[in-house]
Amino acid sequence: MDDFLVFENVSKSFGKVRAAADVSLTIRRGEFFSLLGPSGCGKTTLLRILAGFESPDSGRVLLNGRDITQLAPNERKVNTIFQSYALFPHLTVAQNIAFGPQIAGWPRAQIREEVDKMLHLVQLTDQAHKRPDLLSGGQKQRVAIARALINKPQVLLLDEPLAALDLKLRQRMLIELDLIHDEVGITFVYVTHDQGEAMSLSDRIAVMDKGRIEQIGTPAQIYEAPRTSFVAAFIGDTNFFEGQVVELLGGDYSRLTVEGFPSVECFNDNKLNVGDLVYLSIRPEKFRISRERPEPAPHVNAVQGRVADVIYLGSLTKYWVRVQDYRIAVWRPASRFLLDENPITWNDEVWISWHGDDSFMLERYSESDEKLMEAPPEQVGDPNGHGAAKP
Amino acid sequence: MTPARRARWTEALVTTPSLAWLLVFFVVPTVIIFAITFKPVDLYGGIGKGWTLDTLKSLFNPNYPAIVWRTVWLSLATTAVCLILAVPCGYYVARSSDRWRQMLLLLIILPFWTSFLVRVFAWKVLLHPEGPLKHALAAVGLIGPDTLLLYNEKAILLVMVYTFLPFAILPIYAAAEKFDFRLLEAARDLGARPLRAFWSVFVPGIRRGLLTAVLVVFIPALGSYVIPDIVGGPNSEMIGNKIAQRTFSDRNLPHASGLSAFLTLGVLLPLLLVLALQRKKGEEAPSMQEVS
Ligand SMILES: Nc1ncnc2c1ncn2[C@@H]1O[C@H](COP(=O)(O)OP(=O)(O)OP(=O)(O)O)[C@@H](O)[C@H]1O
Ligand SMILES: [Mg+2]
Repeated sequence: MDDFLVFENVSKSFGKVRAAADVSLTIRRGEFFSLLGPSGCGKTTLLRILAGFESPDSGRVLLNGRDITQLAPNERKVNTIFQSYALFPHLTVAQNIAFGPQIAGWPRAQIREEVDKMLHLVQLTDQAHKRPDLLSGGQKQRVAIARALINKPQVLLLDEPLAALDLKLRQRMLIELDLIHDEVGITFVYVTHDQGEAMSLSDRIAVMDKGRIEQIGTPAQIYEAPRTSFVAAFIGDTNFFEGQVVELLGGDYSRLTVEGFPSVECFNDNKLNVGDLVYLSIRPEKFRISRERPEPAPHVNAVQGRVADVIYLGSLTKYWVRVQDYRIAVWRPASRFLLDENPITWNDEVWISWHGDDSFMLERYSESDEKLMEAPPEQVGDPNGHGAAKP
Repeated sequence: MTPARRARWTEALVTTPSLAWLLVFFVVPTVIIFAITFKPVDLYGGIGKGWTLDTLKSLFNPNYPAIVWRTVWLSLATTAVCLILAVPCGYYVARSSDRWRQMLLLLIILPFWTSFLVRVFAWKVLLHPEGPLKHALAAVGLIGPDTLLLYNEKAILLVMVYTFLPFAILPIYAAAEKFDFRLLEAARDLGARPLRAFWSVFVPGIRRGLLTAVLVVFIPALGSYVIPDIVGGPNSEMIGNKIAQRTFSDRNLPHASGLSAFLTLGVLLPLLLVLALQRKKGEEAPSMQEVS
């Protein structure tokens, strides 16, 4: 594997707060890598350590094989897009973009040429002589991108760059960011607490919680095979049930009991044993919902309930089905609406079913959760070979 | 009443008090001073009747150019030294933690609790030929036994800087406090060393505070007379001393008024020029509040 950018056992505390707890991760050259996690989990801290604004209490950061832990921010070939953009208010757009090259002492003609190129890349040529405070949010954002990219950094750091934009603009900037990444081929490290952003842009994602990395993987791996209940709950929507493993079946399946359910078969790739207490996690879109009892099939589980709520969303219908004390979320795409002469509505008796491959089990005890988290994330389990949908 | 007219009325109502204040306490006295310049002196040191150009002619005194020049360069030097000291101070105070900042601000304002006159006399004691500083420096060998610390231009500069420094720090601190320090990180991120970032991002970022500091130091410095009177010598007079001398010893009010008018013009013309230039550049001029 290409070890372009490496965090080695990096820890950082602010007083009693552990903002980074023994973080190790490897980012590949040219990758779009996201740090995803709830507010306060330490994403910005990791980014600031990488940019040189914080120095870690312990651990090292390597860029291209070179230890950069002690280098000052201006000595790193790394540029940041700040959440607040941090454009210089006393300089025009063009002067902002020219700031880095001027410090680096490029010849004037070259600066002018490169600034023009950048203005063109971010489509701001006609705004070149405006002050930043006259620009819209999206334009400021693009100036910040141009100001960073003109220095040809080896890594571009983006700290929630879209958080200040409204939804429409955010979606447009997402596409633009993706295009820019493809065009310049620089490694992007992207911080966000928005899983949608991370999922749609990233090659790989590190999910963080309380200063720790919970899991690293492609968006599909993280969605389909979350390694901890935190990841499962944080990424996408899911239904959790408490259960216990009662029998190991062939082919990596296990039988488990969930209170109020008939016996359940589930794919077991986390090497859980008989007697282990687990969370069973099933994502809402993995269920099938029908009036009739589905045909029994290997590894297919079915349970009967009553529809407690329906929300029709056009492309999707959301059902909440009451089974015993559970309110189970079931998403159903609306593709068959016209064929459905008798659509399922409120208070109907229904069957919901799912294939054992589409659910997963996570150990319930925090001790073992700890164990999972402490092992280098990329070695725990193997998310490939899982029977669930592949990207 | 249309909304536009009502707005104009409101504006007039709101601004009238300050305009009246300016008129009564600034414009009228200034006009009176300008007018007295063209009045004769009477025998008892008062102002005589009629009008004359004699005072204006007497202002072309061959001793004056040296005094004007000294006044200008001492004021400029005071302003420059104050700025050089105040910018890092303002930066430091603005970046300090809340409690430490209160403390520092208190320390900056502390000298004002003692009378200005007493503080200048304290300097006189300190710098006196028989004073502690002189003895200490001479003992270490930093100065010769005959070097005078007092009664010269350097002493004036020192005490003027001491006096005006808080006036320079406060507006600069006020501007620095509003400064977004993340901009400095952005500059570092783009390759600037700490000093370069400070100079090309922080200093332009507080330019309004700098301008205010220049005005509140330079203008009073031009008019100072207590400091040169107490720590200066016979060969380091400033315009202020001459005005005081003409007023109190010579009882020549028209001449004193003439000098004052000259000083006022000397302050106002550059100020108006700066403001006009700024307006032309499309920048907001500093409001009177910030200046005074
Ligand atoms: N300079 C600092 N001084 C004290 N505590 C800090 C400092 N910087 C960060 N912290 C603390 O460290 C923890 C992690 O902060 P960090 O800014 O890295 O979180 P984040 O994941 O970026 O959160 P957000 O999504 O809200 O930006 C937080 O609890 C925060 O309060
Ligand atoms: Mg953050």
